[in-house]
Amino acid sequence: MMRLSPFTYLAPRTLAEAADLLAEHGRQTPTMVVAGGTDLFPNMKRRQQEPKVVIGLRGVPELRGISTDRDGWTLIGATTTLAQAARDPHLGQQYPALAHAAHAVSTPHLRTTGTLGGNLCLDTRCNYYDQSYHWRKSVDFCMKRPESNPAAICWVAPGSPRCWAVSSSDCAPVAVALRARFRLVSAAGERIVEAGDFFRDDGIEYLARRPDEILAQILLPPTDRSWRTVYLKLRRRGSFDFPILGVAASVKRGNSTVEDARLVLGAVGSAPVDATELAQSLIGAEPTTEAVDAVAAQAYRGARPLDNTDLNYAWRKKMARVYVRRALADAARLDLHHDSGQVGAALL
Amino acid sequence: MAETEAAMTERGRQLGASPTGRKQHLVLDVNGERVELLAPVHKTLLEVLREELDLTGTKHGCELGECGACAVLVDGEPILSCLALPIEYGAPEHRIVTVEGLAGAVPHPLQTAFAELGAAQCGYCTPGMLITAVALLDADPRPARATIVDALAGNICRCTGYVKIFKAVELASARMSG
Repeated sequence: MMRLSPFTYLAPRTLAEAADLLAEHGRQTPTMVVAGGTDLFPNMKRRQQEPKVVIGLRGVPELRGISTDRDGWTLIGATTTLAQAARDPHLGQQYPALAHAAHAVSTPHLRTTGTLGGNLCLDTRCNYYDQSYHWRKSVDFCMKRPESNPAAICWVAPGSPRCWAVSSSDCAPVAVALRARFRLVSAAGERIVEAGDFFRDDGIEYLARRPDEILAQILLPPTDRSWRTVYLKLRRRGSFDFPILGVAASVKRGNSTVEDARLVLGAVGSAPVDATELAQSLIGAEPTTEAVDAVAAQAYRGARPLDNTDLNYAWRKKMARVYVRRALADAARLDLHHDSGQVGAALL
Repeated sequence: MAETEAAMTERGRQLGASPTGRKQHLVLDVNGERVELLAPVHKTLLEVLREELDLTGTKHGCELGECGACAVLVDGEPILSCLALPIEYGAPEHRIVTVEGLAGAVPHPLQTAFAELGAAQCGYCTPGMLITAVALLDADPRPARATIVDALAGNICRCTGYVKIFKAVELASARMSG
């Protein structure tokens, strides 16, 4: 049986109370906030995380719900569940890629309790880390959770000084592609960070969130119909599984030409990889299969998946090309089926 | 334990904190009955249902949210009890229904259909399947096959191959709507 270790549970009623409690308790003892618990509780059962104080955000109404402000921004409370985000009509119309990413997370049961904020703060994952205490002990603890092992290394890349655990959030790459911002609240005040600056390329320190901060709100900039954003997820099964590759592509089209383009890859590093620079080669021309293929080829060369998630990593690298091609073409409203390009035919 | 007791601030106490390891007074609405019990806050809803309330119909599967065997209804929606803290689902705000609460004087039509069609082999996943299907038929009395597949995408069965389960949901749906 896998049971939770004992902890003290606190149930604040307001965000300010939650931030105060986090500041007060976090100073003296390992303290974590929990929203849906679908990531934290399994991790606690495997003893990957062992907070002695858990602050539940379920009773904080101001952290839930979706609204818009006067400037046309969409504001999503961080504890809005993934199920709510997935079926929200406003998100479905204005930011369908985010609704789709939320729907692609895990299973219906976990989306009912799991939250958007929780998915964005999802602990990084690795085959050597997401294991029970006894499994990890038997191979010797890795550097992400070294326990009492002072010489803990990374089991995926033993010669590496850093941890390569993988950012496995479906919503994170979409949030970066949409140029979302996050509101972080602490007892000391609050700040707004760009989604792209929120994630850090380090398997251990994977968020720019300070330990005393709570992710309170996701802010989505105004959009219009000239933009189209697409999210594609690769995984073994159509349910349950975390992404082993996620591609968020965003293309803004004028009458015929591409005016702007963004590309963000998920589950290929410890943070979402912003490959927008590659996609910008599409700007200024009518989108063509050849142009999209060229971006996909560059993404393929740049992708360096490691052998620490599901399925073969060489195959995952190949799939980066296929998924970038499909996602970009879809975002650019380019119909690949009416195209008999040699490269495309060989890939698909 | 003493260490975290000391860590409890005055503010935490005022907010009705549940201290480490100490048994808490819980009031739950389970299958329409108000039940009171004492359990430490870190015991999951699954553990409380099975070990404190003897409601062993809800199954221990993976206990990590990866199988669906422990699904129960909370306010009509299926959630995984292995990842739920009872303190977050107290009465009267929340109503919990387990597989024991499905049958009235006669079995629920889904239970009858599962039995008739052999939609259970070892039966371990069946309570989770039933609970999830009940929520589906409440929301959508005549679901298409694809909708049933989507709704049950969080419930793993290692015996049946799922087809008979889908058929049983369709049979129950037809009977309940007819």
